[in-house]
Amino acid sequence: MSDTLLDGDLWAGVRDVSPLMLGIVPFSLVAGIAAVDAGLGLAEAVGMSVIVFAGASQLAALDLLGSNAPLAVVVGTAVVINVRMVMYSASIAPYFADYGRRLRAGLAYVLTDQAYALSVAEFDRNSDRSRWRYYLGAGASLWVVWQIGTVVGVVVGAGVPDAWGLTFAVPLVFLALLVPAMKDRPSIAAGVSGGAVAVVAAGLPLNLGLLVGASTGIVAGLAAEVLGE
Amino acid sequence: MTGAPSAAGSPRVWLAIVLIGVATYGFRLSFIHLFGRIDEVPARITRPLRYVPPAVLAALVLPDLLTLRPSLTATLLDERLIAGAVAGAVAWRTENIFATIAVGMTTLWLFRFVVFA
Repeated sequence: MSDTLLDGDLWAGVRDVSPLMLGIVPFSLVAGIAAVDAGLGLAEAVGMSVIVFAGASQLAALDLLGSNAPLAVVVGTAVVINVRMVMYSASIAPYFADYGRRLRAGLAYVLTDQAYALSVAEFDRNSDRSRWRYYLGAGASLWVVWQIGTVVGVVVGAGVPDAWGLTFAVPLVFLALLVPAMKDRPSIAAGVSGGAVAVVAAGLPLNLGLLVGASTGIVAGLAAEVLGE
Repeated sequence: MTGAPSAAGSPRVWLAIVLIGVATYGFRLSFIHLFGRIDEVPARITRPLRYVPPAVLAALVLPDLLTLRPSLTATLLDERLIAGAVAGAVAWRTENIFATIAVGMTTLWLFRFVVFA
């Protein structure tokens, strides 16, 4: 394998991730639009996309920032959404175990749902790959597209009248992520009860309805799992 | 979901960004950094984690689509709920974010500017 930057394995990661951009591009545009709607400027919107770089948590945080929720609720909600990264980190860690600490620290930064899923599947299929190059090809492509999409979203979001309700795209993105996440009985129970409780509790102060709904959903999922055994 | 210009430029926004970013990076790095010392995440932790995505996403989505009103008609005749239901069906059939957004927004505009106008 050559040592040039765009070698075969890096390029393979870029190539394999490209079909997923069909979902990432609109998602990143919505992140920019939602940032404008929440009152953020371009620097803050891009700052969030660079520092957080996790779409669902960014949209949730922006939604809550826009409705002047307390800081603890904003941060707590985003953190709960991103806890899943621990699972990805644990699952992909064995493949990176031989690399140095600095490289691993860098690779961790671009860990996303898409880079994780794509890479682990490829590592299992093809043991000849330079794993970090392939993963970085996918992860860095996603990063670049995400930042560009955020900027375009900020510009578009600032130019479209409020009546168009462009921020309705935010729940639509969540919906597109939610539906595939409800794949068996316990996860359906988690979604249905979490959503129903959040609607009923929507009037609670400090956006507690979200927290109460989400907790109820997690408990319902576990209960359904136990009952189904 | 309406704009709150007061949030702009405030240290609150940057503080939220940094806190979320640090925690998220910590999650990403956790096992990639630790590997070798811990072999497997205990099932006690991974089991509830499985239900975080559906529970949190549903708790985020539904209140944006559905607001309980005094009458059933007023609750159901809401362009957001109708657009959400149509978009949900598209998400289920296609699992495609772009198609879900396109159909959802078109339905919203159709009902907001034509049907309910």
